[in-house]
Amino acid sequence: MNTENNLPSFAICILEEQAQLTLADLCRACAVHAERIIELVDFGVLEPQGREPSRWIFTGSSLQRSRAALRLQRDLHIDVAGTALVLELLDEITQLKTRLRALGENIEA
Amino acid sequence: MEFKDYYKIMEVARDATQDEIKRSYRKLARKYHPDVSKEKDAEARFKEIGEAYEVLKDAEKRAAYDQLGANYKGGQDFRPPPNWDTGFEFSGGGYTGDGGQDYSDFFSSLFGKGFRAGGERSTQHAKGEDHHAKIQINLEDTFHGATRTITLHAPAVDAQGHVVTRERVLNVTIPKGIREGQHIRLSGQGSPGHDGKSGDLYLQVEFQPHPLYRVDGRDIYLDLPVAPWEAALGATVKVPTPEGIVELKIPEGSVSARKMRLKGRGIPGNPPGDCYVILTIALPPANTDAAKAFYKKMGMELNFNPRTKLGV
Repeated sequence: MNTENNLPSFAICILEEQAQLTLADLCRACAVHAERIIELVDFGVLEPQGREPSRWIFTGSSLQRSRAALRLQRDLHIDVAGTALVLELLDEITQLKTRLRALGENIEA
Repeated sequence: MEFKDYYKIMEVARDATQDEIKRSYRKLARKYHPDVSKEKDAEARFKEIGEAYEVLKDAEKRAAYDQLGANYKGGQDFRPPPNWDTGFEFSGGGYTGDGGQDYSDFFSSLFGKGFRAGGERSTQHAKGEDHHAKIQINLEDTFHGATRTITLHAPAVDAQGHVVTRERVLNVTIPKGIREGQHIRLSGQGSPGHDGKSGDLYLQVEFQPHPLYRVDGRDIYLDLPVAPWEAALGATVKVPTPEGIVELKIPEGSVSARKMRLKGRGIPGNPPGDCYVILTIALPPANTDAAKAFYKKMGMELNFNPRTKLGV
């Protein structure tokens, strides 16, 4: 498909809303073995639908979350439980900051 | 090429022990980790710290670096002297850490070539790799949809085997209703793999700060100035929203900071967000004799003490 300025355009989607990922998709996107992802599920970092790993369906937001978790584990040598805690606290900070900004508080970053 | 002062980057003295270097590295890595950090230039700093640690944690590399480093200052122009590493033996491969391909020219010129032999990084993968980038859009783009032209720079290997920066220009359709922090996935626009399948390209969406609206997820917030009589007596006033001007009924007896909701006027979606209007009471300036007289009259006739709650 070409647009008026002759550049190609592509099929796109909003990852968080329109994408669903299997365990295999997630492993490929994160370039890790399934064990690492299963571990993240066991500690509640990721919450897929479905009973057993082969049937798990992850939301699109799981992709960025697992990448962040794996980066934290690798770069800061945090174990999975610590990673889960860090991510939960980061989520909370993000929510609080967004709320503050929406209320008109001028905060850094 | 700029000389990099790895000791300064690591925030340690030149005679720091290996333990001191390790401690400082761990502390800085936590402070500047891009997933955690509040610092603006976190990503660049984190890479720089990783590079400095790659050299300083290794006694051999550190010794070689020390030998040429003593007379240079960070940022100074630098050319490695010919055969600068004569007399040093580097065991094993050079690149040990992840992300080695991100190291600076300075690092590569010192430890690059000879080191790669040990653990050559292949830029061609059996499976295509995903790429990740950020894209800044205007709040209006998510209301109306938009097309953006973006330029991406990615390393590639040319026919001679040199790593070159390849430039790619893409048209990206911004989907209506996308929110800050979400990702646009462009299937097959990552780097190609040997198996003929390409990875995907992910663009993380950021909103440019808007002069009028603030954003919280799907909802947007707007400060709406109203005149004291509009707030006190009630009025119907015009309010700008990203989808056009609407009329809002201000109830009688409204106070400052009153929050009013325009349902469904936030970021489009299913369900759409809301637009919250926060009233701020604007005072007419007392800059004419008539206005001053009017304020005096109000003061005398209204018998109003704004500080009753403070007990004074």
